[in-house]
Amino acid sequence: MKNIIEISNLHFSYPSDGDTDPVEVLKGIDLTIKEGEFVAVLGHNGSGKSTLAKHINAILLPTEGKVIVDGIDTADESQLFELRQRAGMVFQNPDNQIVSSVVEEDVAFALENLGVPYEEMRRRVDESLKAVNMYDYRQHSPSQLSGGQKQRIAIAGIIAMRPKCIILDEPTAMLDPQGRREVMATIRKMNREQGITMVLITHYMDEAAQCDRIVVMDKGTVALDDTPREVFSHVEQVMEIGLDVPQVTELAWELRKAGYNVPNDIITEEECVEAIQHLFQA
Amino acid sequence: MAILETRQLTYTYSIGSPFEKTAVDHVDLKIEEGEMVGVMGHTGSGKSTLIQHFNGLLKPTSGQVLLDGQDIWADKKKIRDVRFQVGLVFQYPEYQIFEETVFKDIAFGPRNMGLDEKEIKRRVLETAHDIGLKEELLKRSPFDLSGGQKRRVAIAGVMAMEPKVLILDEPTAGLDPAGRDKILSHIKQYHERKKNTILIVSHSMEDIAGFADKILVMNKAKLFCYDDTEKVFGRADEISEIGLDVPQITKVFMELKKQGLDFGKEVFTVPYARDLLLKHLQGKAGAKLC
Repeated sequence: MKNIIEISNLHFSYPSDGDTDPVEVLKGIDLTIKEGEFVAVLGHNGSGKSTLAKHINAILLPTEGKVIVDGIDTADESQLFELRQRAGMVFQNPDNQIVSSVVEEDVAFALENLGVPYEEMRRRVDESLKAVNMYDYRQHSPSQLSGGQKQRIAIAGIIAMRPKCIILDEPTAMLDPQGRREVMATIRKMNREQGITMVLITHYMDEAAQCDRIVVMDKGTVALDDTPREVFSHVEQVMEIGLDVPQVTELAWELRKAGYNVPNDIITEEECVEAIQHLFQA
Repeated sequence: MAILETRQLTYTYSIGSPFEKTAVDHVDLKIEEGEMVGVMGHTGSGKSTLIQHFNGLLKPTSGQVLLDGQDIWADKKKIRDVRFQVGLVFQYPEYQIFEETVFKDIAFGPRNMGLDEKEIKRRVLETAHDIGLKEELLKRSPFDLSGGQKRRVAIAGVMAMEPKVLILDEPTAGLDPAGRDKILSHIKQYHERKKNTILIVSHSMEDIAGFADKILVMNKAKLFCYDDTEKVFGRADEISEIGLDVPQITKVFMELKKQGLDFGKEVFTVPYARDLLLKHLQGKAGAKLC
């Protein structure tokens, strides 16, 4: 698989506002993401994870270093629209990203801006709404929808542009458990069925555990970068950074500390059940 | 005696319009003084409408709300007193900060109560300490603080009114795990010192499991249950069915039980699970690593 995102030696500082020094938020990030990958980015508030995400579709530009997305240098202003079509972004607050008073018009918004012909636009809007399971709501007003439904509309609007990559900045932070499940199921489905690369920024460890790969940010650098199983096996390091591990991983770690023979890479409920049963059979 | 009580409390929005909707439907509830209660229910279950009745922000369509045995609407003029006694912290309260300094912002509520300067100062310092804000922050502008700090300032502002009942609507929404643990542990400390009644709305059963003595669950405008934490978690299957999240660790022990490994207890936190397992594993030498 080819790389869709190539970040090399990325530094970023928020500029000085006169009486304070510039604050360096990203301190030399090297990261590549392959086409079709489903990557979670974890990190506590202020670790630089949102700043990193905003570099992928040129909302922010590097102070130093390079970000290449699908062959486009994000610093190349002449390719900005092309870049943003290929890498779409979903934000945390569903109410901040809806522009229209009818669901299907909202999904069509970007396509209209891109000048997509009507027939094609109609087809893509319908397809996208079906993909996120919101087709029945196409004539509704977004104000009547739940947070989870609004986020799915936002995702549909991006899918309609046929992007290669979607960056989601804590898309479930303001949702209830039901809404979180809907949004996560939609993201997973889009990744699997359409091969869209997903970069998911989240505070929820159970969401991260569902990804192919986890990148842990800490103090502007990449602290860990591996499969969920590997990352969560570093229980102490993850907790030191101010993050959690899934409860089952924590329990297994506690049992190991007490001297019991439990695998150190448990991340699912099934594995935990099995390990405990094993202990009692021994 | 119950500090808060509802009798057949019912609230209907937009009566007579096409959008008429009963959000709270004949709810009978008694909350005893000094309890720490977790409030759950998915979006639209009526939990926010319910808690807005506790300090008189909403007036029941029918039924009663009693504070200390008194109907809060018996004398309309006294509703302001009710709001001093029942403090409500909304979601994302940091958006309501407006004063020039942290001190002034926390002092706003106590000042409105007509307290003297000495008492105001005592309360501000005490609550700032309770919620984990260092004294040097009090002179700063609240707008220069981090998101988590701002939220604590906003919570302190309500705490400083020393309400008998403190209600917090999703105080940890949008925070990272460290920020979340910090806020919850400070609220818990405050509760232990003051012994007042606290209600915390949360979507996270894992969080609720860590602090609540009792859990109140709303579902489809009705009171689904109000009981001891352990008993509510004993109904994890039903809770999961009404769309709420059961802690991962509880699911593991439910599955173990199904497969014949029953520890006879409801498990909802990791430390408890560890202790329970270690107790049962004692003497099973074969399970040890070495």
